[in-house]
Amino acid sequence: MLVRVLLAAMLAGVLAGVFASGAQSLRVTPLILEAETYESGDSHGAAAHADGETAATGSGHEWAPDAGWERGFYTLIANIVVDVGFALLLTAAILVSGQAIALGSGLAWGLAGFLTFVLAPAVGLPPELPGMPAADLGARQAWWLATVIATGGGLALIALMRAPLSVAAGLVLIALPHLYGAPAPVEHETAVPAHLAAEFVVASLATAFAHWLFLGGVAGFLLERALRAEAAPAAKEASA
Amino acid sequence: MLARHHAATLAVAGSRRFTTAVFAAALGVFFVYFAAFSHSATLHNAAHDMRHAIATPCH
Repeated sequence: MLVRVLLAAMLAGVLAGVFASGAQSLRVTPLILEAETYESGDSHGAAAHADGETAATGSGHEWAPDAGWERGFYTLIANIVVDVGFALLLTAAILVSGQAIALGSGLAWGLAGFLTFVLAPAVGLPPELPGMPAADLGARQAWWLATVIATGGGLALIALMRAPLSVAAGLVLIALPHLYGAPAPVEHETAVPAHLAAEFVVASLATAFAHWLFLGGVAGFLLERALRAEAAPAAKEASA
Repeated sequence: MLARHHAATLAVAGSRRFTTAVFAAALGVFFVYFAAFSHSATLHNAAHDMRHAIATPCH
């Protein structure tokens, strides 16, 4: 087990999570808060608002962080946890690929992460504000997961195998979930104004793009050092 | 030396890379599921804004 590599991946995730929270606070989080003021509270809505709590839930009886610093703190923790996960997945892909890794190639891996985990799923399931209509949660999560696996696998076939047949298979794999189609909402009525929704799509995709480049670059930088440190004793033994 | 400088990943034996990759992937899936996909209401509420921000299915 390459412990230093795992620690480097997790550190990259923590740093990317902090970066994400900072970047989201510019435009993404204010739009989420503004959209919540339009939530009617009937579907999944913010019944919780009444008792001073914030996040939209089923009944409003579950715990939710208080508005302001507490909510921001939990968002920061959530960003860090999910980014440690993404950084570990990215690291697993880098290790399996056997490709050399450094800051520059890390940026390319970050771009691949953005395409896989954000842009491809967003084609079928665009970033949504609270209070917007959506299909069944389980169906959307399943489609999201299938799209991520197909896109990641497709990109690997294209960028790592590179034979004409692999590239063709990769393109088909990337297209498949979109040909099948994402789960669509039953009704499209929402109290959230269209300009907020449009702004949110651009803001969240742009933020995610910057975030994935940051994650990839930092992971590449740290992994190069960790891998060199892991390889050093082996190289010394070999030369002895 | 030159090869090691240019290919830090390749300098580590394939089997060790693979074991670490499997472990990292399993741990990574756990963290992403826990933060972004769990149906627990408490976890959902704590992670709500992040789930919307990164466009993972929410609600």
